[in-house]
Parts: sequence; structure tokens; C-alpha cells
Amino acid sequence: MKINFDATKPIYEQIIDQIKKMLIRQEMSPGEKLPSQRDLARLIEVNPNTIQRAYREMELLELVETRRGKGTFIKEDEKMMSEIRREMARDAANKFIEEMLSLGFSQAEIVTWIENELVDLKKHTN
Amino acid sequence: MEDKIAVEIKNLVKKYPGVNALKGVDINFPAGKITGLIGPNGSGKSTMLKSIAGLARPSEGEISVFSEKPHWKLKERIAFLPEINYFYKNYTIGRMLKLYQSQFTTFSQEKALELLDFMNLKPGLIIKNLSKGMVGRLKLVLTMARQVPLIIMDEPLAGIDPKSRSRILEGIINEYNAEEQTIILSTHEVLEAERFFDFVIFLENGEVKLQGDADDLRAEHSKSIQDLVKEVFI
Repeated sequence: MKINFDATKPIYEQIIDQIKKMLIRQEMSPGEKLPSQRDLARLIEVNPNTIQRAYREMELLELVETRRGKGTFIKEDEKMMSEIRREMARDAANKFIEEMLSLGFSQAEIVTWIENELVDLKKHTN
Repeated sequence: MEDKIAVEIKNLVKKYPGVNALKGVDINFPAGKITGLIGPNGSGKSTMLKSIAGLARPSEGEISVFSEKPHWKLKERIAFLPEINYFYKNYTIGRMLKLYQSQFTTFSQEKALELLDFMNLKPGLIIKNLSKGMVGRLKLVLTMARQVPLIIMDEPLAGIDPKSRSRILEGIINEYNAEEQTIILSTHEVLEAERFFDFVIFLENGEVKLQGDADDLRAEHSKSIQDLVKEVFI
């Protein structure tokens, strides 16, 4: 796992986001064991306390569970997975919409742009 | 370790002839964390670190380290990396390690040799032939090889080439034992070091300008610590 950190955002949040993204891309799966905090700290070169905070936060979000003496695991929870997918899609869509609105496009134009670009994309990939 | 305090400073004043290096500072350094002490030259960083290490006597105020007043015995529990170089020029690195072992009961020769290797240094090298970057790396070896609960580093990255700087930061983070150690580190190289800080303290003209958890400050200001530095010290 390689993370290019954005120094303007909390590092622990970026670690959580990265794990969520890996889940959605199926690079990680429910039930999978996360690296130990110490190992992950060394791997991505961050302060072990920051990893501890990320893990603690993910427990509160019920994204992971810690089994005593065994380590930290991604929860096997279908509802949570679809929730994360929804959240990530919403964030990406909002980012795009905000950008288009700030450029002065109307809602109808935004929809047209998306449709046209998707058609283009299909042509290029086929 | 949560919310425990390693070093408590109350109304710390340090007067030098003609100047007050510290003007009544109150700060707590959290235990089990890495704290970055940031500030321009002459802000009082070195004076504060030396005072904590018991190397400078405060003019006024109180310092307690692990709830104890500074005392010579505390030096067995504090490893201090000074900004100046203090080595015997004609010694080899290996002899320097032996000297450290004889001086500090907490010094681990085994750990030192392991760190030496990580820092690409050899015991046979003579101190006077070392480059600035190598001296910086050696200082880190000698400091981190001490198994103590409090490590204080005064500008460990100053005047050192970028490669050595990143090796030094990696060395710190690899060796740091969060359950048992507290690190306080002053630096100008905020851009490179900030991702390793849990807590930051901005010092200017002998006063604390801003302090807080590094990630909380990022969230609150939507800025990197480096950008906050530019904003705080205009």
C-alpha cells in the first residue's frame, strides 16, 4: 500500500480513505486481516500513533473489528460495504458537480456533458 | 499512554544578558508521542530543550519530567541530541560507541551497531573524515541507541543533505517505541518532518504561538503544518 499523502488533510483520515478505496476496488476483502499497526507504520512510513488513531477510528465506524490476540480484521458486513460504495460515489459526484457549477454550467448542461462523455468513453474503449 | 504528560512546563522564563529567551512559557508535552517544536532562529527552541534536559537552569518557572523535578538522575532517562557537534575528532566511530556505552547504562551496543548499518556508517571510520550528513546520522545512532523514555533532539536535520535527512527521519520512526517513548524534536525542515509529528508547538520570541495535535490542526485549518508555519510566522 503506497499512499501519497496530502499534507493539508489529516493523515489518519487519508489512511482510512485508502483502505475504503481498496475495499471497493476489491484489492482487499471483508474478513481480511489488516497488517499490524507497527508493520503498517513502517510500510507507509508514518508515525505508529497515527496508525493507531486510524485503526481506532475504523473500529468506531464499525469498518473493522479487533479480535483479541489475533489482530484487526475488515468486518464481514454487506450493508457496510454498500454504504461505503454509496459514500464514495456521492463524494466523487459532488466534487464533479461543484466544479461544473463553479464554472457556470447549468444542471441540464451538466447532465448532457456526462452523457456525451460517457458515449465518447464507450467509443474509445470498444 | 493516552493523555499522559511527559514534560510539564510552568511559566518558564530564561533570561540571558540583554534578552529574554523564554518569556513565561506554559506547555505540556504529551507522553508517548512525537512532538515537533517549530520556530524561527532565536525563538527559544534550543533554550527550552536544554532546560528540559537539565542543561540550562531556568531563571523562573518550573519544569517537571515524568512528574519529577530535574535532577542529575533523570539524565539516565533522557537522551539529548544537541545541535552542536561534540565528538573527539580523532576517535573512530567504534571507539565513540564504546565511550557512550561506558557513560550511559541505557546505551545498547547491539542497537547502535544495527542503527549504524542502517545509516550506512562503519565502526572503522574516523570522526574527522566524516561529512556533515554522516555526522548527523552518527548523532542519531548515538541518541536512538539509548533505551530511554524521553528523547530530545535539537535540530537533528539542520545543515544536512536531503538523503541523510530522510534516512534520519526513517531511523527515528523505525526505532520509536510509542508504548514507552516520548520524542521531542526541533526542526526547520517542517515539510519533510511533519508527517511524523503527533503534536506540534510553534514558538516565536520566547512565546508559544500555537500548539495542537498535528492532524487536528490540519483538519481545523485545511492546511499542512508547513503552510501553517508560514501563516503563524509572518
